[in-house]
Amino acid sequence: MEGFLPTPWLLLWFAISIPVLAYGIYKLDRLVSKKREILPLLAVAGAFVFVLSSLKLPSVNGSCSHPTGTGMAAIIFGPAISAVLGTIVLLFQALFLAHGGLTTLGANVFSMGIAGPVVAYLIYKAGMKAKLNFFLVVFLAATLGDWTTYVVTSLELALAFSGSTAEFLILFEKFATVFAVTQVPIAIMEGAVTALLFKYVINVKSDILVELKVVEAAVVNKIKGVSL
Amino acid sequence: MSRKLELIVAAIFLIFAAQFLYMSSTTDAEYGGADGEAEEVIMEVTEGKYEPVAEPFWEPPSGEIECLLFGLQAAFGSGIIFYFLGYYRGKNQAT
Repeated sequence: MEGFLPTPWLLLWFAISIPVLAYGIYKLDRLVSKKREILPLLAVAGAFVFVLSSLKLPSVNGSCSHPTGTGMAAIIFGPAISAVLGTIVLLFQALFLAHGGLTTLGANVFSMGIAGPVVAYLIYKAGMKAKLNFFLVVFLAATLGDWTTYVVTSLELALAFSGSTAEFLILFEKFATVFAVTQVPIAIMEGAVTALLFKYVINVKSDILVELKVVEAAVVNKIKGVSL
Repeated sequence: MSRKLELIVAAIFLIFAAQFLYMSSTTDAEYGGADGEAEEVIMEVTEGKYEPVAEPFWEPPSGEIECLLFGLQAAFGSGIIFYFLGYYRGKNQAT
Protein backbone atom coordinates (compact mmCIF):
# COMPACT_ATOMS: atom_id res chain seq x y z
CA MET A 1 0.00 0.00 0.00
CA GLU A 2 2.82 2.35 -0.94
CA GLY A 3 1.83 5.99 -0.48
CA PHE A 4 -1.50 5.23 1.19
CA LEU A 5 -0.58 6.72 4.53
CA PRO A 6 -0.36 10.51 4.65
CA THR A 7 2.07 12.57 6.71
CA PRO A 8 2.24 13.08 9.67
CA TRP A 9 0.92 9.56 10.29
CA LEU A 10 3.60 7.76 8.36
CA LEU A 11 6.23 9.64 10.36
CA LEU A 12 4.54 8.81 13.66
CA TRP A 13 4.77 5.06 12.94
CA PHE A 14 8.42 5.38 11.97
CA ALA A 15 9.04 7.27 15.21
CA ILE A 16 7.45 4.46 17.22
CA SER A 17 9.02 1.59 15.27
CA ILE A 18 12.61 2.81 14.97
CA PRO A 19 13.42 2.75 18.73
CA VAL A 20 11.96 -0.77 19.05
CA LEU A 21 13.95 -1.84 16.02
CA ALA A 22 17.14 -0.34 17.48
CA TYR A 23 16.51 -2.20 20.75
CA GLY A 24 15.87 -5.38 18.75
CA ILE A 25 19.17 -5.05 16.88
CA TYR A 26 20.98 -4.46 20.18
CA LYS A 27 19.33 -7.53 21.74
CA LEU A 28 20.02 -9.64 18.67
CA ASP A 29 23.67 -8.61 18.61
CA ARG A 30 24.11 -9.48 22.28
CA LEU A 31 22.34 -12.82 21.94
CA VAL A 32 24.29 -13.88 18.86
CA SER A 33 27.68 -12.92 20.29
CA LYS A 34 26.89 -14.78 23.51
CA LYS A 35 25.27 -17.86 21.99
CA ARG A 36 26.37 -18.57 18.45
CA GLU A 37 24.53 -21.89 18.46
CA ILE A 38 21.19 -20.08 18.16
CA LEU A 39 22.02 -18.84 14.63
CA PRO A 40 20.36 -21.77 12.79
CA LEU A 41 17.21 -21.35 14.88
CA LEU A 42 17.22 -17.63 14.16
CA ALA A 43 17.52 -18.40 10.45
CA VAL A 44 14.60 -20.84 10.67
CA ALA A 45 12.41 -18.28 12.47
CA GLY A 46 13.31 -15.60 9.91
CA ALA A 47 12.77 -17.99 7.00
CA PHE A 48 9.35 -18.89 8.41
CA VAL A 49 8.34 -15.21 8.23
CA PHE A 50 9.69 -15.19 4.68
CA VAL A 51 7.67 -18.20 3.58
CA LEU A 52 4.39 -17.35 5.26
CA SER A 53 4.31 -13.71 4.22
CA SER A 54 4.79 -14.74 0.59
CA LEU A 55 1.66 -16.90 0.55
CA LYS A 56 -1.45 -14.98 -0.38
CA LEU A 57 -4.30 -17.18 0.71
CA PRO A 58 -7.97 -16.99 -0.26
CA SER A 59 -10.39 -16.23 2.54
CA VAL A 60 -14.08 -16.79 3.30
CA ASN A 61 -15.10 -13.34 2.11
CA GLY A 62 -13.68 -13.74 -1.39
CA SER A 63 -10.47 -11.76 -1.01
CA CYS A 64 -6.88 -12.74 -0.40
CA SER A 65 -4.37 -11.88 2.27
CA HIS A 66 -1.19 -13.39 3.63
CA PRO A 67 -0.18 -14.72 7.03
CA THR A 68 2.71 -13.09 8.90
CA GLY A 69 4.76 -16.00 10.26
CA THR A 70 6.04 -13.91 13.15
CA GLY A 71 4.61 -16.14 15.90
CA MET A 72 7.58 -18.49 15.99
CA ALA A 73 10.13 -15.68 16.24
CA ALA A 74 8.06 -13.96 18.93
CA ILE A 75 7.79 -17.11 21.05
CA ILE A 76 11.48 -18.03 20.80
CA PHE A 77 13.23 -14.66 20.64
CA GLY A 78 10.66 -12.15 21.93
CA PRO A 79 8.99 -9.19 20.20
CA ALA A 80 12.05 -6.93 19.75
CA ILE A 81 14.04 -9.46 17.73
CA SER A 82 10.85 -10.37 15.82
CA ALA A 83 10.62 -6.72 14.81
CA VAL A 84 14.08 -6.98 13.21
CA LEU A 85 13.15 -10.16 11.30
CA GLY A 86 9.80 -8.67 10.24
CA THR A 87 11.50 -5.52 8.97
CA ILE A 88 13.87 -7.51 6.76
CA VAL A 89 10.94 -9.29 5.11
CA LEU A 90 8.88 -6.10 4.78
CA LEU A 91 11.83 -4.30 3.22
CA PHE A 92 12.35 -7.15 0.76
CA GLN A 93 8.68 -7.09 -0.28
CA ALA A 94 8.60 -3.30 -0.56
CA LEU A 95 11.72 -3.21 -2.75
CA PHE A 96 11.18 -6.19 -5.04
CA LEU A 97 7.45 -6.84 -5.06
CA ALA A 98 5.87 -3.38 -4.78
CA HIS A 99 4.09 -4.88 -1.79
CA GLY A 100 3.70 -3.07 1.53
CA GLY A 101 5.67 0.04 0.66
CA LEU A 102 8.57 2.13 1.93
CA THR A 103 6.60 5.17 3.13
CA THR A 104 4.29 2.77 4.98
CA LEU A 105 7.20 0.70 6.31
CA GLY A 106 7.05 2.25 9.79
CA ALA A 107 3.35 1.42 10.12
CA ASN A 108 3.86 -2.09 8.74
CA VAL A 109 6.79 -2.76 11.05
CA PHE A 110 4.61 -1.66 13.94
CA SER A 111 1.66 -3.91 13.03
CA MET A 112 3.53 -6.98 11.79
CA GLY A 113 6.88 -6.72 13.57
CA ILE A 114 5.82 -5.30 16.93
CA ALA A 115 2.08 -5.45 17.76
CA GLY A 116 1.49 -9.00 16.48
CA PRO A 117 4.63 -10.45 18.13
CA VAL A 118 3.88 -8.67 21.45
CA VAL A 119 0.44 -10.29 21.57
CA ALA A 120 1.82 -13.68 20.49
CA TYR A 121 4.55 -13.47 23.14
CA LEU A 122 2.17 -12.48 25.95
CA ILE A 123 -0.35 -15.19 25.06
CA TYR A 124 2.43 -17.77 24.90
CA LYS A 125 3.80 -16.79 28.31
CA ALA A 126 0.33 -16.70 29.88
CA GLY A 127 -0.66 -20.03 28.34
CA MET A 128 2.51 -21.79 29.48
CA LYS A 129 2.09 -20.35 32.97
CA ALA A 130 -1.44 -21.76 33.02
CA LYS A 131 0.13 -25.12 32.05
CA LEU A 132 -2.04 -25.58 28.98
CA ASN A 133 -1.01 -28.01 26.24
CA PHE A 134 2.14 -26.66 24.58
CA PHE A 135 0.89 -27.00 21.01
CA LEU A 136 -2.46 -25.44 21.85
CA VAL A 137 -0.66 -22.45 23.38
CA VAL A 138 1.58 -22.07 20.30
CA PHE A 139 -1.49 -22.28 18.08
CA LEU A 140 -3.34 -19.60 20.06
CA ALA A 141 -0.30 -17.32 20.26
CA ALA A 142 0.45 -17.50 16.52
CA THR A 143 -3.19 -17.22 15.48
CA LEU A 144 -3.97 -14.20 17.66
CA GLY A 145 -0.61 -12.58 16.87
CA ASP A 146 -1.39 -12.81 13.16
CA TRP A 147 -4.88 -11.46 13.69
CA THR A 148 -3.62 -8.59 15.86
CA THR A 149 -1.35 -7.49 13.01
CA TYR A 150 -4.36 -6.92 10.78
CA VAL A 151 -6.53 -5.34 13.48
CA VAL A 152 -3.69 -2.89 14.10
CA THR A 153 -3.33 -2.24 10.35
CA SER A 154 -7.05 -1.34 10.33
CA LEU A 155 -6.49 0.97 13.31
CA GLU A 156 -3.55 2.68 11.64
CA LEU A 157 -5.58 3.41 8.51
CA ALA A 158 -8.71 4.47 10.41
CA LEU A 159 -6.65 6.89 12.53
CA ALA A 160 -4.99 8.40 9.47
CA PHE A 161 -8.18 9.01 7.52
CA SER A 162 -10.63 10.17 10.19
CA GLY A 163 -11.19 13.65 11.57
CA SER A 164 -13.34 12.79 14.59
CA THR A 165 -14.03 9.92 16.96
CA ALA A 166 -17.34 9.11 15.25
CA GLU A 167 -15.62 9.02 11.88
CA PHE A 168 -12.84 6.90 13.32
CA LEU A 169 -15.30 4.24 14.47
CA ILE A 170 -17.02 4.06 11.09
CA LEU A 171 -13.69 3.89 9.27
CA PHE A 172 -12.24 1.31 11.63
CA GLU A 173 -15.25 -0.89 10.94
CA LYS A 174 -14.69 -0.50 7.19
CA PHE A 175 -10.99 -1.32 7.30
CA ALA A 176 -11.52 -4.13 9.80
CA THR A 177 -14.08 -5.65 7.43
CA VAL A 178 -11.39 -5.69 4.75
CA PHE A 179 -8.44 -6.81 6.88
CA ALA A 180 -9.52 -8.41 10.15
CA VAL A 181 -12.41 -10.43 8.76
CA THR A 182 -10.39 -11.71 5.80
CA GLN A 183 -7.65 -12.70 8.21
CA VAL A 184 -9.65 -15.02 10.49
CA PRO A 185 -9.26 -18.30 8.54
CA ILE A 186 -5.74 -17.33 7.44
CA ALA A 187 -4.70 -16.68 11.04
CA ILE A 188 -6.05 -20.11 12.05
CA MET A 189 -3.98 -21.74 9.28
CA GLU A 190 -0.93 -19.83 10.45
CA GLY A 191 -1.46 -21.00 14.03
CA ALA A 192 -1.76 -24.63 12.91
CA VAL A 193 1.36 -24.55 10.75
CA THR A 194 3.36 -22.77 13.47
CA ALA A 195 2.38 -25.47 16.00
CA LEU A 196 3.52 -28.14 13.54
CA LEU A 197 6.89 -26.47 12.97
CA PHE A 198 7.38 -26.27 16.74
CA LYS A 199 6.78 -29.98 16.98
CA TYR A 200 9.65 -30.62 14.57
CA VAL A 201 11.98 -28.14 16.25
CA ILE A 202 11.31 -29.74 19.65
CA ASN A 203 11.94 -33.15 18.14
CA VAL A 204 15.35 -32.33 16.74
CA LYS A 205 16.69 -29.48 18.85
CA SER A 206 14.81 -29.05 22.12
CA ASP A 207 17.98 -28.26 24.13
CA ILE A 208 18.28 -24.76 22.61
CA LEU A 209 14.65 -23.98 23.47
CA VAL A 210 15.25 -25.09 27.06
CA GLU A 211 18.46 -23.05 27.21
CA LEU A 212 16.69 -19.96 25.90
CA LYS A 213 14.03 -20.59 28.59
CA VAL A 214 11.31 -20.89 25.94
CA VAL A 215 10.09 -24.18 27.37
CA GLU A 216 10.91 -26.00 30.57
CA ALA A 217 12.71 -29.33 30.35
CA ALA A 218 9.71 -30.98 32.03
CA VAL A 219 7.43 -29.81 29.21
CA VAL A 220 9.83 -31.14 26.57
CA ASN A 221 10.04 -34.51 28.33
CA LYS A 222 6.28 -34.68 28.52
CA ILE A 223 5.93 -33.88 24.79
CA LYS A 224 8.57 -36.43 23.85
CA GLY A 225 7.11 -39.00 26.23
CA VAL A 226 3.65 -38.67 24.78
CA SER A 227 5.29 -38.12 21.37
CA LEU A 228 2.26 -36.40 19.89
CA MET B 1 6.20 -40.91 16.86
CA SER B 2 2.48 -40.29 16.77
CA ARG B 3 1.02 -38.22 13.97
CA LYS B 4 -1.87 -36.69 15.91
CA LEU B 5 -0.82 -33.08 15.35
CA GLU B 6 -0.26 -33.70 11.62
CA LEU B 7 -3.79 -35.09 11.38
CA ILE B 8 -5.27 -32.08 13.15
CA VAL B 9 -3.37 -29.67 10.89
CA ALA B 10 -4.39 -31.67 7.80
CA ALA B 11 -8.03 -31.49 8.94
CA ILE B 12 -7.80 -27.70 9.36
CA PHE B 13 -6.19 -27.48 5.93
CA LEU B 14 -8.94 -29.60 4.34
CA ILE B 15 -11.71 -27.49 5.86
CA PHE B 16 -9.91 -24.41 4.53
CA ALA B 17 -9.58 -25.92 1.06
CA ALA B 18 -13.20 -27.18 0.99
CA GLN B 19 -14.45 -23.76 2.03
CA PHE B 20 -12.44 -22.18 -0.79
CA LEU B 21 -13.68 -24.67 -3.39
CA TYR B 22 -17.27 -24.17 -2.30
CA MET B 23 -17.01 -20.36 -2.20
CA SER B 24 -15.17 -20.02 -5.47
CA SER B 25 -17.63 -22.21 -7.35
CA THR B 26 -20.84 -20.78 -5.86
CA THR B 27 -20.04 -17.06 -5.79
CA ASP B 28 -18.36 -14.70 -8.21
CA ALA B 29 -15.84 -13.58 -5.58
CA GLU B 30 -12.76 -12.06 -7.19
CA TYR B 31 -10.13 -13.10 -4.65
CA GLY B 32 -8.30 -9.83 -5.03
CA GLY B 33 -5.83 -8.61 -2.42
CA ALA B 34 -7.12 -7.08 0.81
CA ASP B 35 -4.58 -4.26 0.32
CA GLY B 36 -6.24 -3.24 -2.93
CA GLU B 37 -9.64 -3.27 -1.26
CA ALA B 38 -8.37 -1.05 1.54
CA GLU B 39 -7.07 1.38 -1.08
CA GLU B 40 -10.56 1.42 -2.59
CA VAL B 41 -12.04 2.21 0.84
CA ILE B 42 -9.60 5.12 1.17
CA MET B 43 -10.57 6.42 -2.26
CA GLU B 44 -14.25 6.05 -1.34
CA VAL B 45 -14.04 7.90 1.99
CA THR B 46 -11.92 10.71 0.56
CA GLU B 47 -14.24 10.92 -2.45
CA GLY B 48 -11.39 10.12 -4.77
CA LYS B 49 -9.40 13.13 -3.61
CA TYR B 50 -6.62 11.23 -1.87
CA GLU B 51 -3.35 11.28 -3.69
CA PRO B 52 -0.84 8.64 -2.61
CA VAL B 53 2.23 10.34 -1.15
CA ALA B 54 4.52 7.99 -3.06
CA GLU B 55 4.55 5.38 -5.81
CA PRO B 56 6.49 2.12 -5.71
CA PHE B 57 9.71 2.94 -7.56
CA TRP B 58 9.79 -0.50 -9.11
CA GLU B 59 6.91 -2.82 -9.80
CA PRO B 60 7.01 -6.36 -11.16
CA PRO B 61 6.18 -5.82 -14.86
CA SER B 62 3.48 -8.51 -14.88
CA GLY B 63 1.45 -10.81 -12.66
CA GLU B 64 3.65 -13.70 -13.79
CA ILE B 65 6.83 -11.97 -12.65
CA GLU B 66 5.19 -11.11 -9.34
CA CYS B 67 4.25 -14.79 -8.88
CA LEU B 68 7.81 -15.77 -9.70
CA LEU B 69 9.22 -13.45 -7.05
CA PHE B 70 6.74 -14.55 -4.39
CA GLY B 71 7.46 -18.15 -5.34
CA LEU B 72 11.19 -17.61 -4.98
CA GLN B 73 10.64 -16.00 -1.61
CA ALA B 74 8.73 -19.06 -0.39
CA ALA B 75 11.21 -21.51 -1.93
CA PHE B 76 14.21 -19.76 -0.43
CA GLY B 77 12.58 -19.63 3.01
CA SER B 78 11.50 -23.26 3.06
CA GLY B 79 14.95 -24.28 1.83
CA ILE B 80 16.48 -22.72 4.93
CA ILE B 81 13.89 -24.22 7.30
CA PHE B 82 14.24 -27.78 6.04
CA TYR B 83 18.01 -27.60 5.64
CA PHE B 84 18.37 -26.97 9.36
CA LEU B 85 15.67 -29.44 10.43
CA GLY B 86 17.46 -32.10 8.36
CA TYR B 87 20.87 -31.02 9.64
CA TYR B 88 19.81 -31.43 13.28
CA ARG B 89 18.03 -34.70 12.58
CA GLY B 90 21.14 -36.14 10.95
CA LYS B 91 23.31 -34.89 13.79
CA ASN B 92 21.03 -36.49 16.39
CA GLN B 93 21.17 -39.81 14.57
CA ALA B 94 24.95 -39.68 14.28
CA THR B 95 25.42 -39.43 18.04
